[in-house]
Amino acid sequence: MSALAKKNDLDAAHFILGLSIAILVIVVAVPVLLIFLNAFWAEGKFNIVDVFAVLREPDTYQALLNSLIIASGTTLGSTVVGTFFAWLVTRTDLPFKKFMRGMFLVPFMLPSFIGALAWKMLLSPRAGYINRLFMDVFGLEAPVFNIYSYLGIVAVEVMYLFPFVFIQVCGALERMDPTLEEAARISGAGLFTITRRITIPLVLPSILSGALLIMLYSMAHFGTVAVLGIENGIYNIPTLIYERIHQSAGSFASIRTGTVLASVLVISAAFIIWLQGKVLGRGRYQIIAGKSFRPVELKLRALRWPMLGFCVLYIGVTIVLPTAVIFLVGGLKTYGLPFVSENLSLANYKFILFEYQVTKDAILNSVTLGLAAAFITMFAGVMISYVIVKMKVRGKGFLEFLGMLPFSVPGSVIALGVILAWSGKYGVNLYNTVWIILVAYIARYMAFSLKANSAALEQVHDSLMEAARACGAGMWQTLRDIVLPLVRPGMLAAFFLIFLPSLRELTVSIMLYAPTTRTIGVAIYTLNEDGETVFSAALAGIALLLIITGQTIINRVSAKYQG
Amino acid sequence: MATILVESVSKRYGKHQVLDYFSLRIEHGECFTLLGPSGCGKTVLLRLIAGFETPDSGAIRIGETVVARADNGTHLPPERRGLGVVFQDYAVWPHLSVFDNVAYPLKLAGLPKQSVRDRVLESVALVNMTGLENRLPSELSGGQQQRVALARALVARPALLLLDEPLSNLDANLREEMRFEIRELQRKLDITVLYVTHDQEIALALSDRLAILDENGILRQTGTPPEIFEHPADLFVFNFMGVANLLPARGEGKACLVGRQIFPVEPGACPDGARRLAGFRPSDVLIDRESPDGAPCLRGTVRRASFLGPVMDYLIDVDGNTLRASVDTHEALDRDRMFREGDPCVLRFRNLHWFDASDTAGKGAGA
Ligand SMILES: Nc1ncnc2c1ncn2[C@@H]1O[C@H](COP(=O)(O)OP(=O)(O)O)[C@@H](O)[C@H]1O
Ligand SMILES: [Mg+2]
Repeated sequence: MSALAKKNDLDAAHFILGLSIAILVIVVAVPVLLIFLNAFWAEGKFNIVDVFAVLREPDTYQALLNSLIIASGTTLGSTVVGTFFAWLVTRTDLPFKKFMRGMFLVPFMLPSFIGALAWKMLLSPRAGYINRLFMDVFGLEAPVFNIYSYLGIVAVEVMYLFPFVFIQVCGALERMDPTLEEAARISGAGLFTITRRITIPLVLPSILSGALLIMLYSMAHFGTVAVLGIENGIYNIPTLIYERIHQSAGSFASIRTGTVLASVLVISAAFIIWLQGKVLGRGRYQIIAGKSFRPVELKLRALRWPMLGFCVLYIGVTIVLPTAVIFLVGGLKTYGLPFVSENLSLANYKFILFEYQVTKDAILNSVTLGLAAAFITMFAGVMISYVIVKMKVRGKGFLEFLGMLPFSVPGSVIALGVILAWSGKYGVNLYNTVWIILVAYIARYMAFSLKANSAALEQVHDSLMEAARACGAGMWQTLRDIVLPLVRPGMLAAFFLIFLPSLRELTVSIMLYAPTTRTIGVAIYTLNEDGETVFSAALAGIALLLIITGQTIINRVSAKYQG
Repeated sequence: MATILVESVSKRYGKHQVLDYFSLRIEHGECFTLLGPSGCGKTVLLRLIAGFETPDSGAIRIGETVVARADNGTHLPPERRGLGVVFQDYAVWPHLSVFDNVAYPLKLAGLPKQSVRDRVLESVALVNMTGLENRLPSELSGGQQQRVALARALVARPALLLLDEPLSNLDANLREEMRFEIRELQRKLDITVLYVTHDQEIALALSDRLAILDENGILRQTGTPPEIFEHPADLFVFNFMGVANLLPARGEGKACLVGRQIFPVEPGACPDGARRLAGFRPSDVLIDRESPDGAPCLRGTVRRASFLGPVMDYLIDVDGNTLRASVDTHEALDRDRMFREGDPCVLRFRNLHWFDASDTAGKGAGA
C-alpha cells in the first residue's frame, strides 16, 4: 500500500519530467540538431571543408560581414544613446523626468520593421517624402539621405533597440547606493572623478549586458535589413537565409547555405549569452543589487530646458514622425500623393479590415496564432520551470541544458529548423499550414515563458509546498492549491510577453507562410514588396493600434497586481 | 499512539554522510528535543521522519506503521503520515488569509463547512490569534505568522507534531513566551512533540527528554534535562550545555596537581599518572580572598572583573590556565567578594565533572 504511494508519486514526477523533456526536444532541440546535422554532415560523414567552402562564397561571406558591421554599429549607437538618456532621466534635474522616461520606453512597443517601413517612406532616395521635399522645393540635385544604406539601417535599428541599454542602465543607476558616491565626494573627489572612478565602473556591467543583448538581437534581426537593405543588395545572415530558402524552394545547395549560416548564428548567440553571464556574474555587480535609493542629481542649470528640448525632438523624430507617417500613408488614395485632406480618408482601413481577404486572414491568423502560442507556451513553460526549479528527480540536468537552448536560438534559425523537421521528411508534414508557424512560435517564445515562470517559482519557497504536503495534500493538490496561485502573476506575464510580440512577428512567419497562412507581419511586408504601400501602411497602423491597446491593458493589470 | 522509532537510519548527500546508522526512540506523549550544533543533521532527520526525504538505510516507524524502510523501498508520502510540521521560516501561504491557511488541512480532509469553521476558530483561539482570521500573512508580525503555522499544524489534531527551530527567527522576548506556549499546548493536547533546535536553553526549558547530537550527527546522550545538565556523558555534551571551564589536572602519587599547585579533590578522581580534565560551570566556582577554614585551595589571580548586573563575572588565572567564575552580585557585595583586576584569590568548586584529557571532541562547540 505504502510502496504503491511512493510509486505513484515517482511516476507522476517522471511523467512530468518526461513530458517536459519531450516538449523541449521536439520543439527546440530537434530543429537545432537538424540544422547542425545538415550543415556539418554531408553524404553520411562529418564534413568541415564544405562548411568553409560555403562560408567563403562571396555572398555568404558578405552577409556574415554585413551582420557583423550592422550589429556592431547598432550596438555602439544604442549604447551611447541608451546610456546618455538613462543618465539624463535618473541623475539630472531634467524637467518631466518621469514622463520622458516612459517615452524612451515606447520604442519597445514599436516593431522595428514598421519603423523601417516608415523611414523608407520618408527617406527612400527617389520617393521618400523628405527627400522629395528637399529636391522639389529647394531644388537639390541628389537626395538628402539615402536610407538604403548601412548608415540608414544602423540608424533605424538604434532608434528601436536602444531601450535595451536604456532600461538596464536606468535600473542600475537607480539601484546604486548613493553612499558610495557620497563617500567619494566627502573624501574630496570632484563630480568628474566620481563619475569616472565610481559611477561608470559600477554601472559598466549593466551597460555591457544591455549592449550584448542588442548585439545578439541585431545580428539575428530580419525586418529592418529586409525592408531597407535588400533594395540595395545589403544582406545580413537572416535575410540571406530567407532569400535562399524562399527563392530556391528548398534545393540542397540553398539548405546547405542556410544551415551553415544558421549554425554561425547559433554559435555566436551562445557565445554572446555566455559572455553576458560572465559580465553580470562579476562580483562588483552585487553592490547595486538591492532596493531603490534617491541618488544625487546633477544640476543642468542653463542646459535644463535645451536638454528637454533635445529629448522631445528626439522622441518626435524617432517615434511620433514615423508613427504619423504610417497612419497618414495608410489613409492615402495612392502612395506618393501629398498629405492634404482631399487625398486622405479611412477607406483603406475599412478595406483591409472588412473586405480584403488577405489582410482579414492575416489579422485572424496572427490573433489566433498569438493566443494559441501564448497559452501553450505559458503552460509548457510553467511545467518545465517547475521541474527545473523545484523537482528532485534524476535526469533533471538534461532538462536544464535543454532549457538553456531557447535563449540562444534566433528566430530565423528556428524557422529553418522547423522547416527541416516538419516538412514530411520525418513522417509529419506541416509545411504550408498554420501548425508549422505555431510550432515555431512556441519554440521562439519558450525562452520568455521559462524566464518569467522560473522567476516566479524561485519566489515560492520549498517549505510552502512541504507545508501543504504535511497538511495532507498530495502532489497534484499542492500544485493546484499552493504553487499555481503563487506563480499566477508570472504566468500572466509570460502570456502577454508572448501574445503581444507574436502579433507583430515577422522573422519566423516570413519563412513559413503559405498564401492562406499570412500573419500580420507577413502581410505588411509582402504588401509593401508588391508595391501596395498604402495597404501595407494601413495594416501597419492597425497593428500599432492593437499593440498599443494590448500594452495599455497589461500596464493597467500589472499596476493592479503591484498596488 | 505516536511512538517514533528511528532504526539504523543513514542518509548521505553526495560525499557527505549526514546520518550514519542513527537510532532513536521517542515515546508517545512526550516533548522530545533534538539538540545539536548547526549543520549536524537535525533538519535532515526531521525531514526523514516527516517523509520529505527517504533514508538510504534503516527504517522509521510512527506508532504501529512503518512509514519508511530502505530495504524494500517503503515510503509513506508526507500527506499520509498524519503529522503536523512547523518550519523555521513559518511557511505560511502568502495568498491565503489566516483562516484559509488554518482551514486547509480540514478542507483536504473533506470536513463539512460548519465543522471546518468551528475547528479553525478553536485552533486560532488556541494560539491566541482570535480576531485576526481575515488578515493576510503580509499583515502579520513574525511571531503572529509563527502562531498561524502552529495553529495550521495542530488543527487536524495530529498525534505527532514536528517543529524545526520554529522560534529562531523571533526576538528574545517572543521566543521565551512562545516556548511556554508550545509547552502548554503539548500538555493540553496530549500529543507527541519532536522539537529540533541548536539552542540549549530552549531545549532545557521545553523538553521531557532531549537527545544531543555532535557535529557529525552522532548521538552523544539522551536523557531528561536535569540528567543531561548534571551528568553529561562526555566532554562534548558538557561543553554544549553552557559556558564550560576545563582545568587540566594530572595525578602524581596520591596528589592531584594543577600547574604547580595541589588540587584538593576527592580521592580516586585523578589516580597516579593520569591526565584528566576537571569541568565545571562558572556558577560552580566559589571564590574567596582567603581559604575560609584554612583548608587547601587553588590560588589564582583575577585578570578581569566585569559587572553584568545580577552577577559579577571574573576571569581568573591559575598557573597559566584561564577560567571563568560568576558570583551573585548581592553576595559579592555582602561578603566582600568584589574583586578587582590583579587581586589574588582562592577557589573551591562544586560539581566537578571529570573527563579524559584525550577526549578533545566538541571542544568549544557550545561555549
Ligand atoms: N538537500 C541537501 N542536499 C545536500 N546537502 C544537504 C541537503 N540537506 C542537508 N544537507 C547537508 O546536510 C548537513 C546537515 O544539514 P541540516 O540537517 O540542515 O543541519 P541542521 O542540523 O542545522 O538542521 C549539512 O551539512 C547540509 O549541508
Ligand atoms: Mg536545520
